[in-house]
Amino acid sequence: MAQSSDNNSLMAQAAKEALVAAAVSFGLFILYVGIETYQDINNALVWRTRWGLLAVFVVIAAVSRFLVVGFIKPHLDKRKRDKAKAGIPEVSDGKNFFQRNFLKIALIGLLIYPPLSVMLAGTQGSLKYVDNFGIQILIYVMLAWGLNIVVGLAGLLDLGYVAFYAVGAYSYALLSQQFGLSFWVLLPLSGILAAFWGVILGFPVLRLRGDYLAIVTLAFGEIIRLVLINWTAVTKGTFGISGIPKASFFGIWSFDVGAANNFTKAWGLSMSSAYYKIFLFYLILALCMLTAYVTIKLRRMPIGRAWEALREDEIACRSLGINTVTTKLTAFAIGAMIGGFAGAFFATRQGFVSPESFVFLESAVILAIVVLGGMGSLTGIAIAAIVMVGGTELLREMEFLKHVFGPDFTPELYRMLLFGLAMIVVMVFKPRGFVGSREPTAFLKERKAVAGSFTKEGHG
Amino acid sequence: MSVEPLLKVQGVQTFYGNIRALDGVDVHVNRGEIVSLIGANGAGKSTLMMTICGSPQARHGSIIFDGEDITQQPTHLIARRRIAQSPEGRRIFPRMTVYENLQMGAGLDKMKHFDEDVEKIFTLFPRLKERQSQRGGTLSGGEQQMLSIGRALMSRPKLLLLDEPSLGLAPLIVKGIFEAIKKLNEEEGLTVFLVEQNAFAALRLSHRAYVMVNGKVTMTGTGRELLTNPEVRAAYLEGGRH
Repeated sequence: MAQSSDNNSLMAQAAKEALVAAAVSFGLFILYVGIETYQDINNALVWRTRWGLLAVFVVIAAVSRFLVVGFIKPHLDKRKRDKAKAGIPEVSDGKNFFQRNFLKIALIGLLIYPPLSVMLAGTQGSLKYVDNFGIQILIYVMLAWGLNIVVGLAGLLDLGYVAFYAVGAYSYALLSQQFGLSFWVLLPLSGILAAFWGVILGFPVLRLRGDYLAIVTLAFGEIIRLVLINWTAVTKGTFGISGIPKASFFGIWSFDVGAANNFTKAWGLSMSSAYYKIFLFYLILALCMLTAYVTIKLRRMPIGRAWEALREDEIACRSLGINTVTTKLTAFAIGAMIGGFAGAFFATRQGFVSPESFVFLESAVILAIVVLGGMGSLTGIAIAAIVMVGGTELLREMEFLKHVFGPDFTPELYRMLLFGLAMIVVMVFKPRGFVGSREPTAFLKERKAVAGSFTKEGHG
Repeated sequence: MSVEPLLKVQGVQTFYGNIRALDGVDVHVNRGEIVSLIGANGAGKSTLMMTICGSPQARHGSIIFDGEDITQQPTHLIARRRIAQSPEGRRIFPRMTVYENLQMGAGLDKMKHFDEDVEKIFTLFPRLKERQSQRGGTLSGGEQQMLSIGRALMSRPKLLLLDEPSLGLAPLIVKGIFEAIKKLNEEEGLTVFLVEQNAFAALRLSHRAYVMVNGKVTMTGTGRELLTNPEVRAAYLEGGRH
């Protein structure tokens, strides 16, 4: 009896809150969803109403609120209570096969991904999966892993990371066109040039931390972009640089259609750009693996340890004899170098670069991926990149939504809205990112189960 | 004084902007001594400690360590001369494990003596051994202090600077930490320069001590002398003794 009256009052509560949510969303959306302005044939600004779309928004808000208050929250509370009652924390031994071998499975999955998509979607059909999803996501994985060295490990908040991406891309684009150098010569060179700019940025900001550092790096990113726009003699300004040479298969086979040693001709395959994309997929995968390897290795070396110590406490670092100047500069340089590699890859993949690709939003997206993934965690960041970049790519595929919201509905436009929503959801439920705990890199004799899973930072 | 002291601070003046925090301080520490510096809040005790470490640097005067002038050296080079510090507020690395924190202290010698030294720290502070794979930030205040001292000792220092090791700790734990310092001094001849507000405990531990008021050293003597000195008793011990 008591149970059912409890339930009734809960449902009443949920219904009440749903009505409030509906009212709030009605008020919020009435002006910019309910009313649309456009130009008519005489160039006059007129408006029309979109009550249907507004109704959809309001209903979504009301129903979600009802579900959250009526079902999800009681369920979570109950689980929390049960856990507290049981009193025993989940022991990490209970991992299943999938969890233990997650990384190996993921790597194998990535390796067979291109042939699999060729098999399932055909040579031409695989382009979408390999290029739009695979390569696009992996570029962001690499960029986020590079930024992770600066932000996640060394704790230096860098809002202008895209500048190094731009330096790498333009280095490859300009040097390959001016001097005809091949991709394999210019890839390391782009990285070195980006690292050089990383050090240039590093010097003036050595004494800055936190907010101040963020503002200066933000400005640096914009400066690079503005130089690219305005130095038209070299960069062709907003027109960008087109016709950037493709990468070759280590100089053995070319992917240029006219070349004598064309890859498809040499192997007797039908003409398709899919093979080049598949080659690029493996190339960026290898670059990502290199980044991961370098990060993991560096974390175990004194310099990586010094980065992490620097993030935790700069004064303690100095009192232990760590030179904070070189430590910061190496973090900037190595982070920038990885950004430069990714930039060179981006340039050869697109065949076209323009300052449009290196706006602040890109820096923000990369930083968001690092934060969502959990600063310092490679796995978490990779997952975040898949969700954020893959998710926005997926929106382009959501044609069926047009049947729900009407033919004017373009899902891509809601990208940023969903991006923000995803960030809020992750920050509410996992404030430290998908993988929030730092994995120690040294143990006395064996790993103890108590290490991190029972404890949280900031307590005790 | 026939033997040159290990640390010699002469006429040091330190400024924060235009404010003079140290006003001509003369202090010396001989090899194998425990010397403490007592004084009220804001007397400049911690400033002297930080000045020895080069952050901030002294504007006037000189600091001689082991026969060399370190007054104008940057902090990390001073640390490499084997002046180890357990700074005020302990400043351990909260997201690193106890074990990793200790490794950070051994970085100067590229971990050459690490295994040997870490055993020594674990015998000195058995609590740290129990908690070696726990994150620094999850330790209690006393354990963090032990870790801070342990981390400083990992560099095999010639001089150990301790800034308020008793701050915010229970009396029983303070006693344990002070006993450990005494043991290190007696068995290994470690030279210790100690800044304390807990004057009673510090004076009992020390061979010699300085009293600091408003950026100046006003009194000096052996620990026992100062303990029985009526002025010191009135200012720092009676009523201040918990």
